[in-house]
Amino acid sequence: MAVSSSAAFDPNLYLQAQTRWQPIEYAFWAATLLPFLLFPHHLVLASQIAITALFALSLDLILGYAGIVSLGHAAFFGLGAYTAGIMSKYGWGDPFVGLLVGPAVAGLAGYATSFIISRFRHLPLIMITMGLGFLLLEAANSAEWLTGGSDGLQGVRIGPLFGRLRFDLWGYTSYAYSLCVLFLVFLVTRRLINSPFGLALRGIRENPVRMPAIGAPSRSHIRTIYTISAIVAGIAGTVLAQTTSTVSLGVLDFQRSAEVVIILVLGGAGRLYGGLVGAIIFMVARDQFSGIAPQYWYFWIGALLVSVVMLLPNGILGGLARLTSSWRDKAS
Amino acid sequence: MTLGPIFGVLFDGVAYGMLLFLLSVGLSVTLGMMNFVNLAHCAFAMLGGYVTVTLINVYGWPFLATLPLAFLAAAIASVALERTLYRRLYRASELDQVLLTIGLTFMSVGAAAYVFGTIQQPVQTPSYLRGSIGFLGASFGVYRLFLVGVGLSITLLLAFALEYTRFGAQVRAAVDNQRMARGLGINVDLAFAITFALGSGLAGLGGALAIEVVGLDPAFAFAYLVYVLIVVSVGGLGSVGGSFAAAILLGVTDIAGKYYVPQVGAFLIYLMMVVLLMWRPAGLFGRR
Amino acid sequence: MDRRSILSGAAALALLASSGPALAQGTVKIGVIMPYSGQFADLATQMDNGIKLYMKQNGDTVAGKKIELIRKDTGGVAPDVATRLAQELITRDNVDMLAGFTLSPNAIAVSKVSAEAKKFMVIMNAATTVIITMSPYSVRTSMTLPSVGATAGAWAYKSGVRKVYTMVSDFAPGKDAEVSFHEAFKKAGGEIVGSVRMPMANPDFSAFVQRAKDLNPESIFIFVPAGAQPAALGKAFAERGLDASKIKIIGTGDAFDESFVKNVGNPAVGIISVWHYDFNDDTKLNKAFVAAYNAEFKRNPDFGSVGGYDGMHVIYEALKKTGGKTDGDSLVAAAKGITFESPRGPFQIDAQTRDIVQNISIRQVTKVGDGLRSVVIDKVENVKDPGSAGKK
Repeated sequence: MAVSSSAAFDPNLYLQAQTRWQPIEYAFWAATLLPFLLFPHHLVLASQIAITALFALSLDLILGYAGIVSLGHAAFFGLGAYTAGIMSKYGWGDPFVGLLVGPAVAGLAGYATSFIISRFRHLPLIMITMGLGFLLLEAANSAEWLTGGSDGLQGVRIGPLFGRLRFDLWGYTSYAYSLCVLFLVFLVTRRLINSPFGLALRGIRENPVRMPAIGAPSRSHIRTIYTISAIVAGIAGTVLAQTTSTVSLGVLDFQRSAEVVIILVLGGAGRLYGGLVGAIIFMVARDQFSGIAPQYWYFWIGALLVSVVMLLPNGILGGLARLTSSWRDKAS
Repeated sequence: MTLGPIFGVLFDGVAYGMLLFLLSVGLSVTLGMMNFVNLAHCAFAMLGGYVTVTLINVYGWPFLATLPLAFLAAAIASVALERTLYRRLYRASELDQVLLTIGLTFMSVGAAAYVFGTIQQPVQTPSYLRGSIGFLGASFGVYRLFLVGVGLSITLLLAFALEYTRFGAQVRAAVDNQRMARGLGINVDLAFAITFALGSGLAGLGGALAIEVVGLDPAFAFAYLVYVLIVVSVGGLGSVGGSFAAAILLGVTDIAGKYYVPQVGAFLIYLMMVVLLMWRPAGLFGRR
Repeated sequence: MDRRSILSGAAALALLASSGPALAQGTVKIGVIMPYSGQFADLATQMDNGIKLYMKQNGDTVAGKKIELIRKDTGGVAPDVATRLAQELITRDNVDMLAGFTLSPNAIAVSKVSAEAKKFMVIMNAATTVIITMSPYSVRTSMTLPSVGATAGAWAYKSGVRKVYTMVSDFAPGKDAEVSFHEAFKKAGGEIVGSVRMPMANPDFSAFVQRAKDLNPESIFIFVPAGAQPAALGKAFAERGLDASKIKIIGTGDAFDESFVKNVGNPAVGIISVWHYDFNDDTKLNKAFVAAYNAEFKRNPDFGSVGGYDGMHVIYEALKKTGGKTDGDSLVAAAKGITFESPRGPFQIDAQTRDIVQNISIRQVTKVGDGLRSVVIDKVENVKDPGSAGKK
């Protein structure tokens, strides 16, 4: 099999090849429309899966592509959610307005934090992100006048979409909205990842010390991707607040941060679709297990995680990639 | 002369710190040695706790006699897991190790809920460990004195073993530079297996001792994981002295914070951790 | 087989098949939403046990219809999850009513769904005042912290206490208890010498109990939620040697529960709890209830159990009144004003506010035989929630 060596080493051609849409990607996005037809009673769950997928995607940007493990990413998710919720209390309930302001607030916070984040790596970085997350949670708990404290935000009044479509209990509007937002943000991030900036990020993930030597400013790139990631997490939080009309401290807590890390690793980090696949599998499994065994479902979810790790290294997508490439090797 | 309340607070903090130390030292050393992220560490602690509870409530054992069993049960469980599952993931990515060990923790939480129920496990400590001793106006809880005693003895044992035994030297070498240690013919895998068992056993012991102070229910495996991680990261990976210092610091900060500024008491630890890690990212006694 | 028997067999089958849907229409589905896993799992277990016991004792058929329960786990405080579960129960599982609700934030979120879908909702534990106003289809069978706090405040003054130091957990029910106690106590003429709010996470109460002891007030009022905290509080008490004979210790019943008393031991004698239910209550109905509960679940019931038990009774009675009709309007109309005798004592759903009206008892830990029991020493009758009493 002749390999054109010049083509393999030209980064622009490589990127072009990456940006081309694979058939399986078309199949995936077509499949996301299935719930409307096959599972019309599960649209609220589907909507929450889409939101979680978006949140996981935001984490993938920093974890999968820049190598930053964050145990406090729910901070930006929660900032988006609370901003949208609080705005709606004071009359700014239109979903599109919320979609602008919520992520902006999260992005600002992300930008500010990125100055700290970019200075650390490995364990101290993980613990600092976790610590900052806890501090924000405590602040939100104390600022009861603003956040409603542990009772949750009261008086959330989200307006209907386009002035007409309410986020009702049947879930059609919710799922359509979440899915569209997910898809649009996905398109943007896909473009971003398959750009020279994205390549530089991957280099930073592998060797942050070397990168400045070849002209990629590690610290500022990390700050940029961290801010973008915070914005995307903020979008996910905003959509959650809007589709459920509830915001409570749970959007900020450690459990949410830890869960999104598990979901992303389950699906396979650094593969763009990993967060999406992980979210679908984890949340469907959790829904099913907790329906069957409300008190003991932790056991079954744990068993699922252990099986995936032992059978499919590097997450589901990672394992599948290995399997398909070994089949391909055997076939050729 | 009477001691002000600050002595009581310091003492309580130190006692709580001892407990955190017992729970954390194993994780610190194994993380430092093999870089294996074992987030199921607190599940071993929980196992030790449940062993103690079962022995006392079902078989009527005296409390002190159950402690070695708690240690052994956790150590044996860790060996079993290491042989079967952990061993295969030594070369895997850290994220995969996280997923595996978190999955195991989930399973342990579900299993504990199934076997023992969700109820808070009641444990009656023997009467000679209850109450408190007054000394110069401050009261010192007897159980906490016991905790401090156990904690100090184990710290001294560990320090002695590390410094003066051959095995200790092997462990220190493996923590410092694994490849060189292997090159020198040290059986790093065996050293790691033994250290891992010891560390998990200590966690089990910590879990059993913790019941009296903080209670035991299936959520224990998660609740304490955060504090253990804080101790390990602030102390520095692979350092017994670091874990000790960090645990004491954490315990005192937590208790003093709750006593003097209760509104912010709970999150003083996080603030302290963030500040300390920003100042010394490798931990107080860490290398790298 | 000859033709006639085949025909009659077919006719029989047709009859059975046609009665199928009729049987299905004869089911009443109840969606039960509680935190079966996580920090509050034990309270959910007790509530669920209460529900199970009631159904065991009274059968699962009411007004000609079979009762079917569908249980969903919220995992803890998660209003978004609770909202989704309620929506799914209604759209996917076609439940006729919603029940359970251990935690206030979840109950508040689901109230919106109940109002939108016009479904009857039975709140079996959540204790914040405002919940009952959020859906016109909800009733509460538990208690409210403000009613307990106000009762405790008034009683404390009546019993001779003039200065109190309050300690509550730092979340909504704790603040409810604190505010209502302060108001009632100050109104009666007492003085609050200090107050502290203890963080919910990491329940090591030693620092707080020590501080209270160092301040040496005349009396202490405490609230912590059920679960892990009462036991931890008890241990702190035992260790610090807080003497109930020197300082009058008053608390809510969920703080001074069975696990608390067990952990403190003999020094608990004299501690006062203010609550609507305790398994030691000496009425015939309660004794029978406790005995049945012990036999079935090998443990003692608590306020969660009785909230679930009475909640089911309200559902059964309402169904009997409506003759099996399950729309929200009929059921809530039938439930308003319901009164009956429960293991806790007289039980009433206020016809205006749909909130619980019951007796709140003052109990003191006393040595009985060779054990410790909470024994009723005083009672306040027909207590309504002070917040909702003034509103609709």
